[in-house]
Amino acid sequence: MSFVTELIPPRPAPAATKQGLTVARIAGISVLALWALLAASLVLTVINGWNQDKFLRYGPRYLHGLWTTISLVGISVVLGAALSVPIAFARMSKNRVAGAIAYAYVYVFRSTPLLAQLFLIYYGLGSFKPQLESVGLWWFFRDAWYCGLLSFVLNTAAYQAEILRGAIESVPRGQHEGAAALGISKSIAFRKIILPQALIVALRPYGNEIILMIKGSAVVAIVTVYDLMGETRYAFSRTFDYQTYLWAAIFYLAIVEVLRHVWAFLEARLTRHLKR
Amino acid sequence: MGEIKLSDVNKSYGSVHVLKDIDLHIEDGEFIVFVGPSGCGKSTLLRTIAGLEKITSGEIKIDGKRVNDVSAADRGLAMVFQSYALYPHMTVRQNLAFGLENSNMPKAEIAERIGEAARMLEIDQYLDRRPGQLSGGQRQRVAIGRAIVRRPTAFLLDEPLSNLDAELRVSTRAELAALHARIGSTMIYVTHDQVEAMTLAHRIVVMRAGKIEQVGTPLDLYNTPANRFVAGFIGAPHMNFLSAQVVEVDPASVTLTIGGSHRLLVPLAGHKLSVGEKLTVGIRPQHITLASDPGSLTVKVRLVEALGSETVIHADLHGEKLLAVVQGQKQITPGDEVHFSVAGAPLHLFDNNGLRIGA
Repeated sequence: MSFVTELIPPRPAPAATKQGLTVARIAGISVLALWALLAASLVLTVINGWNQDKFLRYGPRYLHGLWTTISLVGISVVLGAALSVPIAFARMSKNRVAGAIAYAYVYVFRSTPLLAQLFLIYYGLGSFKPQLESVGLWWFFRDAWYCGLLSFVLNTAAYQAEILRGAIESVPRGQHEGAAALGISKSIAFRKIILPQALIVALRPYGNEIILMIKGSAVVAIVTVYDLMGETRYAFSRTFDYQTYLWAAIFYLAIVEVLRHVWAFLEARLTRHLKR
Repeated sequence: MGEIKLSDVNKSYGSVHVLKDIDLHIEDGEFIVFVGPSGCGKSTLLRTIAGLEKITSGEIKIDGKRVNDVSAADRGLAMVFQSYALYPHMTVRQNLAFGLENSNMPKAEIAERIGEAARMLEIDQYLDRRPGQLSGGQRQRVAIGRAIVRRPTAFLLDEPLSNLDAELRVSTRAELAALHARIGSTMIYVTHDQVEAMTLAHRIVVMRAGKIEQVGTPLDLYNTPANRFVAGFIGAPHMNFLSAQVVEVDPASVTLTIGGSHRLLVPLAGHKLSVGEKLTVGIRPQHITLASDPGSLTVKVRLVEALGSETVIHADLHGEKLLAVVQGQKQITPGDEVHFSVAGAPLHLFDNNGLRIGA
């Protein structure tokens, strides 16, 4: 048996050691300074190059282009989500034919550039005018906006199908079995147990996919859709002022930043139950 | 009712035979425990009863009804998983109610059942929390509660205590026993912890490599193990096994030599042993005592574990390991030579195939 015989007197806290300037710290500070200079020069450029006349002439067009971009991406993401569900299920299916078709679809649309897909639909299908007219679909394929929408839907559906499949498969097997062992049918278990958990897992990848779609949507400007980038190209062709592109970049940055914050809020709200 | 009958059940994954000719009759209201080493097929057997795994051949009957092709959801059983499998996006109340709501039960009855289960398991103050806000023990109770509210034919529990710390395991084990006494339903419990099996079970099913080695009450298995595997598996620390040779035979007894020259007279009626035959003697560590007379087994101490109330002595007897658990605190150190006595100790004899000799 041992007993305390004396208390150790309190000692002062050790003196704070001053960190000297290392090569790594100097390099880090230099890089930060360069970034700060770049940001400052951009701000100065925007302020110094401000032109009230151009703003009044092209500002409304930019807003129209912004709306076109948002609506195009919004509709394509929603339709793509709807299309991704059967594709994801086909990918997970034990039916080899369905699985192979879904795999081929996903593989093709994820492995080829969005621009190539857009050209194939707009120019490629455009060359089948008589056939499309005969089945009453020419009204759709002659319009660049619809072609852009279709290419976006098909592209995002492939990505979203993989996001959804991965999310569903990430839900522990015990959740499926737990439901079955408690007398819950497969369809109810999927809707009320598996899917809510899968969608939480999928939330961040979905956000990333929407951001990529917003940035990728600029390609429709090439096929004469006056989205944000289309209006920017129009403004530049009239003014030859590179600041038109700078403003487009600011708009894209703003959309992405707003979306990022919305997504962060959604994620925090929907994952409350996972935090102790 | 909760009578479950398995007849000639086999389960294979390709060429791997995981359950072999399982025959088992579980009575209504019985608490039965499947034990065995990792990979012996006990969880697979439980999952086949639950309907989570399809059997390759044989028959499973629940209350006389063949359920081979009945889905897990329709077997009327409730399973508690090692991982709890609680729904993280639902509160405790929603977790308990979910299965009932989907069977279109009136809300008043659901509330009544939840209240009853919550009081029984002392989780009523956690009903509005989510699983992420609960401790392991609380989650375990919710998982059990979720099974209780269904009022199933039988409860299936797959290593439900393995994620809990040692102290909590002991208290939860006692709670499970009390719960079974209160609700009286059939419970089938899987564990690799034979202390859990001994304390909870009416009957224990000992499994090895997909086969049932022995079924019996805890004391049956402890006192009359059917073979060397069961003898070594049931009881902690496990039984000592010593090589022996028959030197004399009588109609009612045999004399054996162990540890080189030490002679043991073993009462054994109706045996068919002959002089010179080699066999194995099993002695439980708790049945060995320290002796002072040199006529006892002289052993060399390798390791001493002083546990306060008892002392565990690891020793060597002519190259064979021998373990003794003696009461109290002993002043023994590794390297010492001590004398062990097995006088009056129940001895278990096993033949060359590991099967028990005698009753």
